[in-house]
Amino acid sequence: MSKKDDEKKNDKKITALIVDDEELARLVLRELIQTRPEIEVVAECANGFEAVKAVAEHKPDLIFLDVQMPKLSGFDVLELIGAETAVIFVTAYDQYAMRAFEVHAVDYLLKPIGRDRFEAALERAKSRLGQKLPPAPDLAAATRPPKQFLERIVVRDGTRVTLIPVRKLDYAEAQDDYVALASEGKKHLKQQTIASLEACLDPDQFVRVHRSYVVNFERVARIEPYGKDSRLAILADGTRLPVSKAGYARLKTLMDQRL
Amino acid sequence: MHPLLTPIKRYGIYLSAWSPLAGILIYLMAVPGKLGWRDATVLIVPLCLVYQFVCLSAWYMCKAAPLQRTPILRTRFMHLVAAAIISYLWVELARLLAYGLAQFPTFRGLDERFAPQTTVLYGLGFLVYLLSVAAHYVVLAMEDSSKAESRALETSILAREAELKALKAQVNPHFLFNSLNSVSALTSVDPAKAREMCILLAEFLRMTLGLGEKSSVPLSEELSLLHRYLAIEKVRFGARLQMQEEIQEESRSIQLPPLLLQPLVENAVTHGIANLPDGGIVRLCGQSHSGRVSLAVENTFDPESTPMRNGGMGLKNVRNRLEARYGKEANMRVSAENGKFRVELSFPSHVEEVKS
Repeated sequence: MSKKDDEKKNDKKITALIVDDEELARLVLRELIQTRPEIEVVAECANGFEAVKAVAEHKPDLIFLDVQMPKLSGFDVLELIGAETAVIFVTAYDQYAMRAFEVHAVDYLLKPIGRDRFEAALERAKSRLGQKLPPAPDLAAATRPPKQFLERIVVRDGTRVTLIPVRKLDYAEAQDDYVALASEGKKHLKQQTIASLEACLDPDQFVRVHRSYVVNFERVARIEPYGKDSRLAILADGTRLPVSKAGYARLKTLMDQRL
Repeated sequence: MHPLLTPIKRYGIYLSAWSPLAGILIYLMAVPGKLGWRDATVLIVPLCLVYQFVCLSAWYMCKAAPLQRTPILRTRFMHLVAAAIISYLWVELARLLAYGLAQFPTFRGLDERFAPQTTVLYGLGFLVYLLSVAAHYVVLAMEDSSKAESRALETSILAREAELKALKAQVNPHFLFNSLNSVSALTSVDPAKAREMCILLAEFLRMTLGLGEKSSVPLSEELSLLHRYLAIEKVRFGARLQMQEEIQEESRSIQLPPLLLQPLVENAVTHGIANLPDGGIVRLCGQSHSGRVSLAVENTFDPESTPMRNGGMGLKNVRNRLEARYGKEANMRVSAENGKFRVELSFPSHVEEVKS
């Protein structure tokens, strides 16, 4: 393909990805980008799954990412692609998202996209190439309207994306920089701290029973004493999770609330 | 709280209604009986003071047995027994008072002179209690009617508010910005299409504004607004948005509140089609038979997608407007099965409008 030749001629070219589910919206961006010779569009994607795949394949420097897309939103995509790529969000109107962008100093463009605004965002993104983005889960949490909790969790394994509805999440276990999410007999690894995951979950449904464990309250079948001061939570499927003293207190508060 | 006690003024009126009653009692005790004016007054005034208070208790009996909802025989029996018991107790109190007064030299023999009058007093006590029951029922009825009036006023205000809110919510900023973005994209690749889109947008906005001022429109008019809306969204979504329509010819002329279907169709697009990578179908159905209209908006949706962010405000608005207009005659059913989201509305085709 000509992509390789281009790279040889000008290895300073910035590679970019356009992600939007609307054909016309992609077209506007393509036109705007074409006026800038230093940027090369390596792929266009119509949904988040394609985007995750394209990022793994092309490792672009820059992504123009629509926020509202079917199945996987722009924020989901951001969570899945890691922090190496600069992201410019594109949205029509979303008060929470706009506020979050400002707080986290992420570039964003509002539809319809004006040339001046486009150039400015581009300059900002260029100056920040290679810098790390704010942690994606933090940004996603900030764009959620108050009192709204995560409905599903997105997990990536290679280029495969899995959506786990939170009601199907049995428990989460901290493993170094990752959390292991147990759902329907399988475990999925995700790069996130357990504290930030806990913050996105409905506290009336999920309890931090231990420094390393968050459990779905519905799955807890019974609590058994285990040694001095500590207990075990036995889940419906027989899994045994440690419960700390503070964790037991939190469980009890929730139980009292439910009664 | 007792309605005759709460504003103290009312209690004053009640008491002044008692003074002629007390006068009559004194007269009946003094003139046909053997009690003198002085004896009768000394006996009757405290008795009346007690009895006016006792009669207020009829309120609780009346409240416990509302006229419309209690069998009439039971109501009668209940109040007659209460009157018998209460006036008996009252007469016993009178006897006690007479006996007490007779201990003083000035009123010596009062109890004996009073004894033949007890039947008269009993009869009067009985009647006065029943009179108070009747009066309390009147007060109850008055309260009910003023409550009903304020309730009717409240519903009409609520209806108006629901309408206003629904109309204000019509033009969604998302829709506008996305459409403008489409127009801006088309200007370079297909200027003619861009112009067509501008015109569609202008027509849609003009119709939205115009329809909002009317209280009813024929279905055909609402449909032509929906066609504009869907044509605009079709430019955005392309092949992902497909439309179907099954409108019975006779139903095109039926009247409905303006912009009733628009939020449903908008939901179908933004929560249904927009969440499907491969798109889906929006279907409109309309029928009218035997005096009722049934309309339905159906769309393909992704059962795994997260529920709508605004918590179904659009649906709630439609429900409120239907209820405000047709009351219990209206029916709204929402179902989500087999990947199809369906909202069905049914209401009478000819109804006098609620005047406000």
